[in-house]
Amino acid sequence: MSFDVAAIRAQFPILDQQVHGRPLAYLDNAATTQKPSAVIQAIQAYYQRDNANVHRGVHALSERATAAYEAAREKVRALLNARSVREIVFVRGTTEAINLVAHSWGTARLRAGDEILITGMEHHSNIVPWQMLCERTGARLRVLPINDAGELCLDQLPTLLNERTRLVGVVHLSNALGTINPVAEIIRQAHAVGARVLVDGAQAAAHMAIDVQQLDCDFYATSAHKMYGPTGIGVLYAKEALLDEMPPYQGGGDMIRVVTFERTEYNELPYKFEAGTPNIAGAIGFGAAIDWLGSFDMCEIAAHEQRLLQEAVSRAKAIPGLRLVGEAGHRATVLSFTMEGIHPHDLGTILDREGVAIRAGHHCAMPVMQRFGVPATVRASFALYNTSDDLDALFQALERAQAMFA
Amino acid sequence: MPCSRPWNGRRPCLHEGEANVFDLKDLYQQVIVDHNKHPRNFGRLEDASHEAEGYNPLCGDRLHVYLKIDDQGRIEDVRFEGEGCAISMASASLMTEALKGRTLQEFRSLFEGFHALVTSSGDGADDEAGLGKLAVLGGVRAFPSRIKCATLCWHTMKNAIERSGVARTE
Ligand SMILES: Cc1ncc(COP(=O)(O)O)c(C=O)c1O
Repeated sequence: MSFDVAAIRAQFPILDQQVHGRPLAYLDNAATTQKPSAVIQAIQAYYQRDNANVHRGVHALSERATAAYEAAREKVRALLNARSVREIVFVRGTTEAINLVAHSWGTARLRAGDEILITGMEHHSNIVPWQMLCERTGARLRVLPINDAGELCLDQLPTLLNERTRLVGVVHLSNALGTINPVAEIIRQAHAVGARVLVDGAQAAAHMAIDVQQLDCDFYATSAHKMYGPTGIGVLYAKEALLDEMPPYQGGGDMIRVVTFERTEYNELPYKFEAGTPNIAGAIGFGAAIDWLGSFDMCEIAAHEQRLLQEAVSRAKAIPGLRLVGEAGHRATVLSFTMEGIHPHDLGTILDREGVAIRAGHHCAMPVMQRFGVPATVRASFALYNTSDDLDALFQALERAQAMFA
Repeated sequence: MPCSRPWNGRRPCLHEGEANVFDLKDLYQQVIVDHNKHPRNFGRLEDASHEAEGYNPLCGDRLHVYLKIDDQGRIEDVRFEGEGCAISMASASLMTEALKGRTLQEFRSLFEGFHALVTSSGDGADDEAGLGKLAVLGGVRAFPSRIKCATLCWHTMKNAIERSGVARTE
């Protein structure tokens, strides 16, 4: 099937609406993507036909719900190319996945004097859990800086990595800058000093193929809602040997095999890490999103989004007073910028009135804003359903803003 | 269609497809654009008797206000510095103009009046009474996400007068 944007848009009912009397131009995909009918229908069908609790009923509905939930796990495994579904832990999202690792793996493994290395372009969710872990354990948080283009200063990696480094946390595709990081190379160097690596893939899954075996990462986290799936569901991938050693994160139902008041035996993987009734509908919606995304060629999606980004960049560069924040050689889907004399928040409001949905703010990456000396940026982020019409709306609205503030 | 949004029923509801009723021109009036570009009373007040810092973590707006209050409880001088969006800069600039020479009593009534102006459900005509030039900020009523931008400086000022510290509008 060739890449037909009009046909794709027709599968997103939400895109067909007016906002403030203008056609919606949804360019806030890095915050969350919209959901195709296939995903919405999968969730609805589950609630209308199969809803029951999983892993515990002998009745037909529970068996159907369990089968659908576990089928979704297999889809996630295939998406990431993990070896086994035992390595696929359903969580609320990237944030919970990282917190799980910090609590379970981190608390058990880290000692005072150990080091955690993150990068200067991490989302708060890949900073704060490590800071909290450092407070609990006395470990030290170190940061690999970024250059003016918004790329990691890889030349400094060898000096920051040492025998005390226990974990490296790195974002695959930066939500604030769009930078695609050379995670395979970082993982190789980290492993050479015996450190584990967690990749924050919140933004990556919708825009590039992911292969955790090829990357050889130890942990990979992502969220369904940024790849056309529902909110409230995501995945932690971890190598089986690591999960085996890690203590449970939360206690409760589903994560146990036997409970007496004297002793509890934990369930096998991955259930040891899934306490309580999970987000069954969410997992099923996640699976539907993976199926839906899988009906396209990822290279074509990436090429389409890259064309949009290139067009956006060249149009942006023609605007006097517009400063791009993040010009990495290898980047995708994100146009982050400021405009002289107009605060990003004012731009956000003006663009909204023109039907253009973008994000204005620090994008949960305050250190990135500090690095570039701006309080906030405007961020337009693209998905496979965006078109040049959306860019027209964006750039017309920017012109209007400039005229208003002239 | 009644408003079911959790905004205490005070703020306008924009339903899907609803026309552009609240024009941007109501928000970014010329006075506001001008005060944003050329803020009045901008800068540090060296002999301030009161000061406070205000911060809106949501948009990163940061303001520092300085006051000199004389023995009679009159605001002899007032200045501010910081950075933020047009609404917060213009609001702070207009506030300093409005407060110079006022008593603390008058400050409190202006504070209340301003708050009512930017949050009220009416057309604002009643609320504008006594506020003078500050009334141009009434347009933010129609932009719920921007009300805090307009009120940050007032909360910061209140903190400076009542105590010292950092005001937050979140
Ligand atoms: C790079 C990155 N990491 C982590 C997150 C957190 O994801 P979530 O809010 O789905 O847990 C986000 C999304 O906001 C992100 O963009």
